[in-house]
Amino acid sequence: MDSAQAYGYMLYFVSLMTMGGIYAIMCLGLNIQWGFTGLFNAGIAGFFAIGAYVTAILTTAASTSHLGGYDLPVAIGLISAMAVTAVIAWLVGLLCIRLRSDYLAIATIGIGEIFRLILKNEIWATNGARGIAKIPLPFESLNEPWNKIGFMMLVLVIVTVFYFLIERARLAPWGRLMTAIRENEYSARAAGKNVERVRIEAFVCGSVLMGLAGGLMAHYIKFIGPGATEPLTTTFLVWVMLIAGGSGNNRGAILGAFLLWAIWSFTEVLTGRLPAELAVKAAYFRIFLIGLLLQIVLQRYAGGILPERRPSLNIKA
Amino acid sequence: MIPRSQKCFWADNNFKMDFINFYLIPGLVLGSIYALGAIGVSLVFGILRFANFAHGELMLIGAYITYSLMVFTGLHPLMVLPIAMLFTSLVAVGIDHTFYKPFRASKSTIVIVASFGIALMARSAVQIIWGVDTFSYSSGRIQMPMILFDTLRLSHKHVWIVCCSVALMAVIHLILTRTRTGKAMRAMSDSAELARLTGIKTENVVKATWVLGASLATAAGVFLGWDSHLHSMMGFYMLLPMFAAAILGGIGQPYGAMVGGLVVGLAEELSAYPWIGDSPLLSPAYKAGVAFALMIIMLIWRPSGLFKGRVF
Amino acid sequence: MSVLSIDNLSGGYGEADILHGISLEINAGEIVVVIGPNGAGKSTAMKAVFGLLRLSGGSVHLAGEEITNMDPAEVVNKGVCYVPQTNNVFPTLTVHENLEMGAYIRKDDFRPRLAEIYEMFPPLAEKKKQAAGELSGGQRQMVAMGKALMLEPTLLMLDEPTAGLSPIYRNEIFQIVRQINDSGVPILMVEQNAKQSLAVASRGYVLVDGQNRTTGKGTDLLNDPEIAKMFLGG
Repeated sequence: MDSAQAYGYMLYFVSLMTMGGIYAIMCLGLNIQWGFTGLFNAGIAGFFAIGAYVTAILTTAASTSHLGGYDLPVAIGLISAMAVTAVIAWLVGLLCIRLRSDYLAIATIGIGEIFRLILKNEIWATNGARGIAKIPLPFESLNEPWNKIGFMMLVLVIVTVFYFLIERARLAPWGRLMTAIRENEYSARAAGKNVERVRIEAFVCGSVLMGLAGGLMAHYIKFIGPGATEPLTTTFLVWVMLIAGGSGNNRGAILGAFLLWAIWSFTEVLTGRLPAELAVKAAYFRIFLIGLLLQIVLQRYAGGILPERRPSLNIKA
Repeated sequence: MIPRSQKCFWADNNFKMDFINFYLIPGLVLGSIYALGAIGVSLVFGILRFANFAHGELMLIGAYITYSLMVFTGLHPLMVLPIAMLFTSLVAVGIDHTFYKPFRASKSTIVIVASFGIALMARSAVQIIWGVDTFSYSSGRIQMPMILFDTLRLSHKHVWIVCCSVALMAVIHLILTRTRTGKAMRAMSDSAELARLTGIKTENVVKATWVLGASLATAAGVFLGWDSHLHSMMGFYMLLPMFAAAILGGIGQPYGAMVGGLVVGLAEELSAYPWIGDSPLLSPAYKAGVAFALMIIMLIWRPSGLFKGRVF
Repeated sequence: MSVLSIDNLSGGYGEADILHGISLEINAGEIVVVIGPNGAGKSTAMKAVFGLLRLSGGSVHLAGEEITNMDPAEVVNKGVCYVPQTNNVFPTLTVHENLEMGAYIRKDDFRPRLAEIYEMFPPLAEKKKQAAGELSGGQRQMVAMGKALMLEPTLLMLDEPTAGLSPIYRNEIFQIVRQINDSGVPILMVEQNAKQSLAVASRGYVLVDGQNRTTGKGTDLLNDPEIAKMFLGG
């Protein structure tokens, strides 16, 4: 193996870890919503897109084709992405959180769909179908491998920080209350808990992580368009990641994200070598197989790779 | 379009005809299609107690099977529709048996996740088999619309679509009120446990439900494809309006779903009418938002729907 | 040979058992009444016959044939009809359709039976086309019983048929129960209303905490001072 090849593999590994990390953030977000609280969010792609567009509008250089171009630092872009997602998730929560899971699922699909319509049609703000390009990558001043490695480190640090935060929250009364609501809403209510508030909190916290992931993705691929909210690549993958990794288990969520992203990416490399005509179909075949994987996990390994482990009762909170 | 010269459009016959030709009739056509899909959603929701996210994909599969049968036999899509219904029903019963049945006793949320996956599997299967290009049922020849009373423009296919939809709904009505299985379906929708205590073989009722739901979905998919064209995303785009219609009518209430479908279809088309001033009230690009808004309002204001459906 | 015999049955819904080894027996032509305080496992015992329970021990025999853990639909096919306490009619179906559903498993012509049922419950004949959910509690109970009788069952099981009904309807239901029994159908009935039900009963069982307490002839139990103190308010 010559050094150019080794360098190529190294870059591939860095991209694998970066993308896996971004998905892990979304997966942790969904874990708060679905894994802990039992909220069915089928609009992950929508919150992801909001985060991506917010940071894109704030951090790009001045442009006439879309709103903003304020050239602000990336950190401000990402924090704003989280803040805007939080506000929107809160509004959505106020409207929909009381709905039963089936209805919540449909409602979140609708919300994702409406976000997509807005991003596609409000051309003055988002440049419509052409999307927003030239989004700055942090550490751009560094040389070729190091800027990518720097960004990967940033993503992994964020994953680690949120892992510890969420793990703490899970063991705290707040997290236990969420599980109580998931298991039996009525007894939680009877115990005098404000179920609606906790659900909205869980929904907002989870969505904020999805918005952050969207922001990071926008900086990483330096472009965002309405295609990014295609429900498949984001929403569905995140769901399969969480279910396969272990719903309710933060480590499972992270493991699932990296594992599924690796599978997804490897199969893409494999099918990329097929003749063009077959390669197009193979792309859909991959989706079919991911769907089948989900069914197998649901039927045979319902707990995922790392099943949920409840905090023991004698733990010191 | 005729330039509008006066605000009081009802006084002007041309504006009235514009309204009917370009907003009301398309709304009725779309409404009939939504209604057919929504009946299936409502029946499955009522009897199996879960929101089937893959219902749009049954429409998609039905529409593409019809396309292949049409190409194979050279017959009109309406002629091969019954055969396509049969195939799609088999697909639906097969999916139920393999992917939904293992979760009969589980919480419905698990089945929703499963149906979410089925939706993507079904869509990618269609994309693998038929590709992602759009297809059309018509051979490119454009039929002149019938012109009645000088101004009322009716295209043949719209007349066919609405008439066939009404006929199918009448058939559904007869099945649900006159046949043993149809009554058992309504009974199971009322209470699955009591149905079992009554000796009703619930698994057979479930199969019948899928056959009805898939057949109607096939018809809806074919009509939608006939009205415009076939593409692999059509099922997904139908999901929201179909659920909006089913919820509007009341879950488990097939008649409610019919009314709900018409309301959603009309609301989507009429929202683009220039009610105030000269520009559309709501940009047609946001049509899908109308269904969503109706659904949310209904869920908050009256979750049992207009026809006192089941509240979960 | 007894029509139905429940031997040493244990079981429950979740992890905890509700029944701790109860035994019941119904012989041909009998009305057997099961009484007991709330939570004694009366209704649970009935559901156990219908395979609606997780059983941890014991057995159920119908005319000598074991039906332990059998699917509800199968039990119905054996001629046992069960009228639950609540949710015992299909509310959106009409009265007529409810009765038709009662005859769902019948392959023969059930129209004569339908006429008999309407004769037995005249109020139902007037409300054939009305949705069962719109009827009063007493009439709903009639629909539920009529629906069960459509099968001409070999055993009828009633779960608190008079719960929540006015005294007039209560008397009427007890009268109907006796009338059904007179036509040769054995009845197993759970009741809160101990005094009236023991009066029509051939035999009675008293369950407490998921176990048999006493058993005996209806009239004997009615005159038992201990039972009287427990259930009949002294």
